[in-house]
Amino acid sequence: MHIELRDQCFDPWAEITGFRDRMLSAGQYGACAVFVGTMRDYNDGDRVRSMYLEHYPGMTEKQLESLVNASCETNNLMEALVVHRVGSVNPGEDIVLVAVWSAHRKASFDACREIMEALKSTAPFWKKETLDDQNGERWVHRNTPGS
Amino acid sequence: MTINVRFFASLRERIGVARTEIEADSVNDVRDVWLAVSHQPVDEEMLVALNRNYASLDHTVTDGDEVAFFPPVTGG
Repeated sequence: MHIELRDQCFDPWAEITGFRDRMLSAGQYGACAVFVGTMRDYNDGDRVRSMYLEHYPGMTEKQLESLVNASCETNNLMEALVVHRVGSVNPGEDIVLVAVWSAHRKASFDACREIMEALKSTAPFWKKETLDDQNGERWVHRNTPGS
Repeated sequence: MTINVRFFASLRERIGVARTEIEADSVNDVRDVWLAVSHQPVDEEMLVALNRNYASLDHTVTDGDEVAFFPPVTGG
């Protein structure tokens, strides 16, 4: 399991293959499920120019570790990787990567969604958007439902 | 008793500080800490952490604890 917060852009696909090659061997796993969340340039009917992702150092990592560990155990995962941006983010940049590996597809599908939904509802991150319109700023008050 | 208090995101902006410290022997739980530092009624949506774990307003606090108050999270 690996969890990382990044204050710079990352390439999720390079992260996945790099992690897989380091942590797993060919023939060991039968499924991998991936979720990548990317910043849009619009939200709630407004154009968004950029975003700042605040977090709670120490607690955010702890909470992510806890929820990924729980899903690894529940779903008998072989490996899990979570990368999440912090700080300034621009439209088109990836915000979050969740990748999980298991023997069969059900565990990977279930765990990927479970980790993402738990992250959305419990990991201490907060988004502040800068709008195109007159440099306005606003906090995002609620995430969209995942199902 | 010393309690370290932290605020995040919109709550930090509303209170006006990111962190503060209170010295008070009359503080028993997280709710008392909120009332002592904010002088505002409890916000129903507010989330609370005690020593970097989620907690409730009824959790007892002890000397040296870190209590954090923040709005609903919006990561991912």
